[in-house]
Amino acid sequence: MTALPLILTVFVACAVEAIEALTIVLASGLTREWRSTFQGMAAALVVLAAIVAVLGPTITLLPLTALRLVVGALLAIFGLQWLRKAILRATGYKALHDEASAYLREVAAAKAATVSSRRGVSDWYAFTLSFKGVLLEGLEVVFIVITFGGNQRNMGAAVIGAAAAVLVVTVTGIAVRAPLAKVPENAMKFAVGIMLTSFGTFWGAEGAGVSWPGNDAALLVLVPVVTLVSLGYTLMLRQRPRLGAAPVAHSSEEVAS
Amino acid sequence: MRRLKSIGAFWYDFVVGDDWRGAVVVVVALALTALLVHTAGVNAWWLLPVCVFGALGWSLRRATAGMRS
Repeated sequence: MTALPLILTVFVACAVEAIEALTIVLASGLTREWRSTFQGMAAALVVLAAIVAVLGPTITLLPLTALRLVVGALLAIFGLQWLRKAILRATGYKALHDEASAYLREVAAAKAATVSSRRGVSDWYAFTLSFKGVLLEGLEVVFIVITFGGNQRNMGAAVIGAAAAVLVVTVTGIAVRAPLAKVPENAMKFAVGIMLTSFGTFWGAEGAGVSWPGNDAALLVLVPVVTLVSLGYTLMLRQRPRLGAAPVAHSSEEVAS
Repeated sequence: MRRLKSIGAFWYDFVVGDDWRGAVVVVVALALTALLVHTAGVNAWWLLPVCVFGALGWSLRRATAGMRS
């Protein structure tokens, strides 16, 4: 497989997570204080970079078959989770992730919190809000970078895809100074779910010992088949009569998940 | 102990999510695939995709079961 599909998959997956992190950082920075927000963001980025620096080279030392089995299983499970949520959101069974309302909730919570300084940080609330937001969203980015990069023995390409996504989202966020509510997040999550499930299935089965017909070219069939099956489930659920409207997400965790 | 529990809960939610059955199906399907390949000599490349599609449909069915009229 060439580096381009790897870079594109990691880019889209990381862009989704970066958009969610941006919403939290903006809410913290615009409502509380930018200095503490940036300190929290920087601390989280240092932790994430350390995880990649430690796990990245370590994972490439593992035998490829064992790596593909474990990582394939994890990616397939992770991908199924993304696909399930994206299909439930696309069919109205789960509330759509709304960056604008998530932003308003974070702003309300940030305004209500008291200011206290700790460990050289002037606004501890802004620091922890930004730190937790970037770290939690970033962990998914790290997971995708390490699994895709490790499996393809091309950590550099995966890091390029992730870094480009974070850069594009950050620059756009700075330019508009508002949460990126118009980005079709669910469609992006749907696409990422398809890629994670397809690659996870492909690598997992390879790790279990199968030889795919056509070797790597099997992915060119597997990805469209996963797409068609997912769209088929979406259509089936849309046509099914149901009780009431989609449940409304209340907590930021519910919205973020 | 409480911290360990919360770390475990975080990673469980991170990887497995709302429906653990999907994870079980994937793991069992991989074990069966390995068994077929290494003991019976069957190149069972089709088994995991079929199980993954089945797990997705099953999970969606369970998630929407109470909302159908």
